[in-house]
Amino acid sequence: MTTPNNTGEIVFEAVDLKINAVRDDKSELPIVKGVSFKVRRGEVVALIGESGSGKTTISLSALGYCKPGLKFAGGEARLLGQDLTPLSVNELRPIRGEKVAYLAQSAAATFNPSILINEQVTEAPVLHGSKTRAEADKKALALYHALELPDPETIGERYPHQVSGGQLQRLMAAMALCGDPDLLVLDEPTTALDVTTQIEVLKAFKQVIQEEGAAAIYVTHDLAVVAQVADHIVVLYNGEVKEAGPTETIINHPQHPYTRRLMDAIKPLPEAGQGETTSDDHLRDAPAIEVRNVDAGYGRISNGKPAIQVLRDINISIERGKTVGVIGESGCGKSTLARVIAGLLPPSGGSMLLDGEMLAPGIDERSKDELRRVQFVYQMADTALNPRHRIREILGRPVEFYEQATGSAIQTRVDELLELVELPLQFADRYPHELSGGQKQRVNLARALAARPEVVLCDEVTSALDTIVGANVLELLKRLRRETGVSFVFISHDLSTVASFADEIVVLYAGRVAEQGPTDRVLSPPYHPYTRLLISSVPETRTGWLEDTANSREAQSSVQAGVQLTAKGCPFHNRCPRVIAGVCAEQDPPRRVAGGHVIECHLELADLGGQS
Amino acid sequence: MSTDSPADQAHYVAPYDDGVSFDELPDSTPGGKFRLSFTGWVGTIVVVFWLFIAVFGPFIAPYDENDLPFPDAYSEFQEPQAGALLGTDVMDRDVLSRIMFGAGRTMGISFVATVLAYFIGVVLGIGAAVSSPKVDMVMSRINDAFLSLPSIMLGLVVVAAVGSSIPVLIVTAGVIYASVIFRLSRALGMEIKVMDFVEAARVRGEGRWWIIRREIWPNAAMPLMTDFGLRLIYVILFISSLSFLGLGVQPPQADWGSMVRENLGALQYGTSIIPVIAPAIAIATLTVAINLIVDDVSAHSGGKLSNRL
Repeated sequence: MTTPNNTGEIVFEAVDLKINAVRDDKSELPIVKGVSFKVRRGEVVALIGESGSGKTTISLSALGYCKPGLKFAGGEARLLGQDLTPLSVNELRPIRGEKVAYLAQSAAATFNPSILINEQVTEAPVLHGSKTRAEADKKALALYHALELPDPETIGERYPHQVSGGQLQRLMAAMALCGDPDLLVLDEPTTALDVTTQIEVLKAFKQVIQEEGAAAIYVTHDLAVVAQVADHIVVLYNGEVKEAGPTETIINHPQHPYTRRLMDAIKPLPEAGQGETTSDDHLRDAPAIEVRNVDAGYGRISNGKPAIQVLRDINISIERGKTVGVIGESGCGKSTLARVIAGLLPPSGGSMLLDGEMLAPGIDERSKDELRRVQFVYQMADTALNPRHRIREILGRPVEFYEQATGSAIQTRVDELLELVELPLQFADRYPHELSGGQKQRVNLARALAARPEVVLCDEVTSALDTIVGANVLELLKRLRRETGVSFVFISHDLSTVASFADEIVVLYAGRVAEQGPTDRVLSPPYHPYTRLLISSVPETRTGWLEDTANSREAQSSVQAGVQLTAKGCPFHNRCPRVIAGVCAEQDPPRRVAGGHVIECHLELADLGGQS
Repeated sequence: MSTDSPADQAHYVAPYDDGVSFDELPDSTPGGKFRLSFTGWVGTIVVVFWLFIAVFGPFIAPYDENDLPFPDAYSEFQEPQAGALLGTDVMDRDVLSRIMFGAGRTMGISFVATVLAYFIGVVLGIGAAVSSPKVDMVMSRINDAFLSLPSIMLGLVVVAAVGSSIPVLIVTAGVIYASVIFRLSRALGMEIKVMDFVEAARVRGEGRWWIIRREIWPNAAMPLMTDFGLRLIYVILFISSLSFLGLGVQPPQADWGSMVRENLGALQYGTSIIPVIAPAIAIATLTVAINLIVDDVSAHSGGKLSNRL
């Protein structure tokens, strides 16, 4: 058992650590190039950098682990004074899970779906023999309480699929902490979570690390998150430490150009007046696309209703050259909306108009020209680009298909498209895997633009990218919108991104529109209670924000309840801090409209403004 | 990456004039080439050797496959000696010459049968994957029925009914193995069909045939090629087994499987066991060598981490 009073003791120390990748011809490529840092007891050190910076590789060295194809090439990784790099698997076994524990990004992939949670949480210490089963159970229970899990007495008796994503993430922390480790390695533990859930998880992590007196290495690419949990920050780029120091210093006075760039790429908090003014040059009589009273869902349709209804009564109208941002938590139906507009999922009710004319519901019924005018950009460029096609074929095919172009005409257009998305022309002869993530996403966009579309549906196009890369792709989108007059439907779970890009915002909750209107109106009072929760959950890049928010937040209880798609009443009622008993759960919320701004809530508009 | 010239990389376009740029890293360097490992080279050399024998064996063999090297001193299973380097078989024919004649026959029949199996299996399998669920259901159940029959038994029945000839052998082996390949290519097709890039092609309005040819096939080809090598081995063994049972290549024509059967007596009565061992070794070296190459190819297409750096 660790005692919190001997703080200052060095728990983990990397000394000039070098890790190389071994190529097939036995030549070695340095991945980590001499990294040194210390983690003291009771301290959280954040490793920050983009993908490929070696941050995960370095953090795994604290477990004495190298991914296949990598090897320790020099330096030391000292845990409690002992160098782990020369140890064999058998020598490492008593250390792992007992002295050092690892928390992966995805809790869903970490838990075995067919074993009870409690059994998995207590497995390591019981296996190591450091605790008896009773002791381990007691420790687990204490951790469930400390992590503020609902029903701590019984949650261990459930299976992993029976708890929510945020709860599972916290249970994974319990699993790691159950053996009283000296060092905790957390690899992007909140990246896959919604902002509202992220707050709860961060708060629980921070608190439990303090109480247990453990040391932690926190790997992430998100500076705002780091500002909340870390005491020290190590900025990594390309396997080297670019800057290291106390959190306050790095956040407020970044020295290295790379750190400054990271800081600049942080999106400002969502507020009114951030979106750039889009030109009205491209406007025509009819909106580019109009969605009227659309219902949609999955499964067999009976009585005009699908078995699982996902969207209800959606109305959106997008003018030419304008952007509508769709925002909501995972599972709220925002991707489904994009699929409905693209024709991949015909709606079960309602209609869609393209440039004032009726648009057929499914792709099989749409004409080639209708298909051309609505283009879909997928979230993951990795799976959206055929890995066996060169970029030339990927971009050339839509040109050939829609314009019946041949030979040199295709060639010219491909070059034009590459220029449009700011990629070198010689990339045309490469395969997708020879490009970086951001470059692939640009190709993904260029393919949609190759069709000369009128509407482009962007499904989380910047979400999988690193901060700086994502910011650049967003700049590109803004330029394209100005130059081409294309209308965008921009789907994201990140309110900051949407706020800086969209002319109009649609806030979806459980398949219904909670609030909708011009960006500046949605981001200023009056707010729907859910919109306010979303806005207040976006992390600020300053230390102490987490405590301020967690303490002052009106909706502390809100995250505990799951999202439900209700047949009647307001779907948000079980999480709403201002719920009216007997009304919200029973009656559909009235639609309150004021000058193009819609809020669906039982409360009067006058009651929804002001204080937060 | 170090191999890229600076102009190759898209730089962060941001209003910085400090002269520093930070490149993004691609998943792999352009033009990562396929390289054979040591065992891969051994396999290649052996396969090339057998291919050479298969093509030129009949011309360079010391005797015809049915000639007797020692017509004046007839005796079965003679030991290796000058004039018959691997000795003689049950009918006093030269074992070395028969192996050289048999190489082309065994490998040729197996290769053509495997190609046939692939043609049938892949066309129907990918066809089933992209068809409506009902059509897929019917095709898959019929295929299951085929799969449930033991392949050697099925082969025996067909050959016994129709009579043995090389075309019959090829068609029989081709159809029997097509059902396995149907399974494989259907599964592959199903997996690729739900990828985003296939959906992107559907949203573009591409026809079914184009999607199969240009989106699904290039991605299915590599795993199928890997399997081709393995399947070829099974077919070689299958043809050899049929020959061993006397239903494959008919005497007096030589083929490795039938040679093992003809000379089985050597194990019991012969003065030399080489007539049995030599064709068996030929089958073994060829199949193992193909396997060694397949291992390398599949490791390459599997994308090892070190390959991606």
